[in-house]
Amino acid sequence: MSQDGVEVAGIPRVLSPSRLRPPANPIGDRIVLGAFSAAAWLVLLLVVALFISLTIAAWPAIKTIGLAAFRSTVWDPTSGKFGLLAFIYGTVVTSAIALLLAGPIGIGAALLLAEVAPRRLALPVAMLIELLAAVPSVVFGIWGLFVLAPVMRNIVEPALAHALGFLPLFQGYFYGVGMLTAGILLAIMILPTVSAISRDIFEAVPRDQREAMLALGATKWEMLTRAVIPYARSGIIGALVLALGRAIGEAMAVTMVIGNKPAISLSLFAPAYTLASVLANEFTEATGQQYLSVLIGIGSMLFVISMIVNVLARVLVRGASGPSRKRA
Amino acid sequence: MLVLTWLCAGIAAAMLAIIVIYVIQRGGPALNLAFFTHLPTPVGVPGGGAANAIVGSLVIITMASAIAIPIGVLAGIYLALLGRGFLAQAVRFFSDVLTGVPSIAIGVFAYTIVVVPQKHFSANAAAVALSIIMLPIIVRTTEEAVKLVNPAIREGALALGVDAWKAIVLVTVPCARAGIVTGALLGLARVAGESAPLLFTAFGSQFWTLQPGAPTAALPLLVFQYAIAPYKDWQLVAWGGALTLILLVFLLNITARLLFPAKLPR
Amino acid sequence: MNRQRLIILGAALGALFGAAAIAAADMQITGAGSSFDNPFFQRAFYEYSRSVSGVQVNYQSIGSGGGIQQFTAKTVDFGASDVPLQPAEMKAAQASGGDVVQFPVTLGGVAVAYNVPNVNTGVKLSPDVLAGIMLGDITNWNDAQIARLNPGVPFPNLPIVVVHRADGSGTTYIFTDYLTKVSAQWKTKVGNAKVVNWPAASSVGAKGNEGVAGQIRNTPGAIGYVELAYVLQNQISYAQLRNASGQFVAPTLQTVRNAAAKKPNVNPKDFSIVNMPGAGSYPICGYSWVMLWKNQPDQSKGKSLVGLFRWLVTDGQTFAVRVNYVSLPSNVQAQAAKALASIRT
Repeated sequence: MSQDGVEVAGIPRVLSPSRLRPPANPIGDRIVLGAFSAAAWLVLLLVVALFISLTIAAWPAIKTIGLAAFRSTVWDPTSGKFGLLAFIYGTVVTSAIALLLAGPIGIGAALLLAEVAPRRLALPVAMLIELLAAVPSVVFGIWGLFVLAPVMRNIVEPALAHALGFLPLFQGYFYGVGMLTAGILLAIMILPTVSAISRDIFEAVPRDQREAMLALGATKWEMLTRAVIPYARSGIIGALVLALGRAIGEAMAVTMVIGNKPAISLSLFAPAYTLASVLANEFTEATGQQYLSVLIGIGSMLFVISMIVNVLARVLVRGASGPSRKRA
Repeated sequence: MLVLTWLCAGIAAAMLAIIVIYVIQRGGPALNLAFFTHLPTPVGVPGGGAANAIVGSLVIITMASAIAIPIGVLAGIYLALLGRGFLAQAVRFFSDVLTGVPSIAIGVFAYTIVVVPQKHFSANAAAVALSIIMLPIIVRTTEEAVKLVNPAIREGALALGVDAWKAIVLVTVPCARAGIVTGALLGLARVAGESAPLLFTAFGSQFWTLQPGAPTAALPLLVFQYAIAPYKDWQLVAWGGALTLILLVFLLNITARLLFPAKLPR
Repeated sequence: MNRQRLIILGAALGALFGAAAIAAADMQITGAGSSFDNPFFQRAFYEYSRSVSGVQVNYQSIGSGGGIQQFTAKTVDFGASDVPLQPAEMKAAQASGGDVVQFPVTLGGVAVAYNVPNVNTGVKLSPDVLAGIMLGDITNWNDAQIARLNPGVPFPNLPIVVVHRADGSGTTYIFTDYLTKVSAQWKTKVGNAKVVNWPAASSVGAKGNEGVAGQIRNTPGAIGYVELAYVLQNQISYAQLRNASGQFVAPTLQTVRNAAAKKPNVNPKDFSIVNMPGAGSYPICGYSWVMLWKNQPDQSKGKSLVGLFRWLVTDGQTFAVRVNYVSLPSNVQAQAAKALASIRT
């Protein structure tokens, strides 16, 4: 690698142009640059410690219950029954609703901001949407509880039941709190994630892709749907996966509007429970080693899921926006 | 068809507007002097505020920053200037992973490594949890900011015979100052409204607590507890708290973006 | 300029913390548990720190299950639960911190609260009908069994939604204790615990008595169980229940007091006061208990704890009535004081 310079204590050649002059103060360099890499190691160790300590604390549950937890819907901690299926179902359904709603809207908004709207308008709107991402989840929760839930109960759910009531998904009592409400709230929360990342991806689509299309006489809409979107496809999927990760892990806002009931119901109006919200409700009161360990197990599950989601999403996003952006 | 994209962006922006306007409407009347200066009162005793929760949040966030900012900035500089090979890739990867870890799982972690051994719920534990959430944001923003500094500046300093560490600390880092501050502000904004990890770390309190080893009130926690309660006066305080949180994180975010308008890591 | 601003900000923060430090007390006690107690505890501890002693008591209403867990984990100085420690919990606690002293601190009723538009407070329910609703057998407010008990009341065609606790709760224990005693079907199908599997298909969980009361208020058709103080403070409608003597009785301080009087002696092993006889007895009542370590690890804190609870079970009871709790009967006060005397500090 470095034919023209001797490396000093792991310092890359760019920093020590030894052709000009050997480093005068290797001790100072070692201390300060050592501090930099020590901090980097610390970040690394932190994640490893996170993983290990969660796994250790969850181990009793993993060992004694193991995969059986994924086959049972019965959550009855007092009699030692720890079935997670209802929580998994609630998590999957609410995240799916969120993604179905936020996906198209977020991508559409990103298209507008990256491709359609004049830059003067796009920047402030983009900033507004990104501010939505900054709203604390407990604020979404209180809004969901006092505004969204009554609207759902009195207007949206009756309307859906009226129009689509032949589907079992839209039957049953209008609780106001439940999977649909939680899903919609989550959709609002992940919308900025989808739109911001997709916007970056669209902007990274090379010019010639569009120009070729336009040169063929395509309209702007055709250019977007036939050139830009296909080119950006894997990146957009990455953005969706990342948003999905956020939806799965959200605890507080969901707890406030999901109705906290460990049951599997077909109706989207029905109350349910998610993995993250059961942690929020039950963690401080888990009596006994087994119960606590199961809840920590749920925590480590969320950790592992988020890790998988992130790896997947980053691979997709990076592939789409190319190495050029990373190095920018 | 392009109209559809306008509709989508309109919906997204409208959601923000609807939420913010509603919170201002409900929370505005709660933000009187008592809110910022009085302790919470029991139900039926009028005149309660959220002063201890505001101070508690500030204490926790300050402590979290004291942990996360130095480590995050140093690691970010490492990634930008020295980072090569396995360590750098691993750190980048893990800090990306860390941004996606649900905050409640980080709360569980802080409970097992701080609360259980110390046998106390505490501001300490809350600060540890929040610092972990802040860390990756600071690392990646610092990295981006330092990378943007023209290497020629540093190389010039090196050519003049300055030590490598001095070139970094005295030349490159000051040039990246705005970006580094942005990272810290974004980290703060991310955790200022975080409530989930505080459930099992800060735990809440009705009083002033400044011992970092004791359970501490925090604003997001208060909002959660008061919002689900049936009392009208508590709900009012909860809305006031929600508005305060929104204003705080917006202020931090907007400042951050104005300081350093370049692309920020997500 | 930026630096200047930072300095000003720092100074402001410093002043704020300084002011707060002056306000902070020398002794802080942390407790957690029952939300059944919470309105009373908040009020009583607030008055205690203001006018009796400088000791500040930070009480977090996380549910009885949480109180027991955090007490056992020694993350709090005292725990509060509407159910004294069960044998397994006692064993875990003893392994963690030695002997435990438990004593009653509050007496309250569990109201059956509901939200039915255009129906006033005081709907009459029999044990069978209440159990039927909770079991999910009676699913609509216009059910003939409800109407039969309440002639002339205009019940709408509205599905019943059972609101229950999502956290481990002593209030749930007291309520299911009652249902177990009055309904054989409930006893075999569900049973009696701090957390049970709610059989009604149409049901919602909420956190704490606070959350249940809030959820009932927000849900037309809801019925649930909450500590009496919560319904009285929030003007939520509540039912009259047919007691063991066949009388319909509304939960009031007097009817709870009547029930408690039928069982003058309670102890951690024999504490249930549900379904008490007597024409004027409200059937769903309970004491709430505080747990302390018999051997206090920290002497000065131990002394403060004993002082606090000696006050709470005697003079502090005057605040109970003000927040709609029943003050402890004098013989129970004496039992509590005796238990407190056994604590070694």
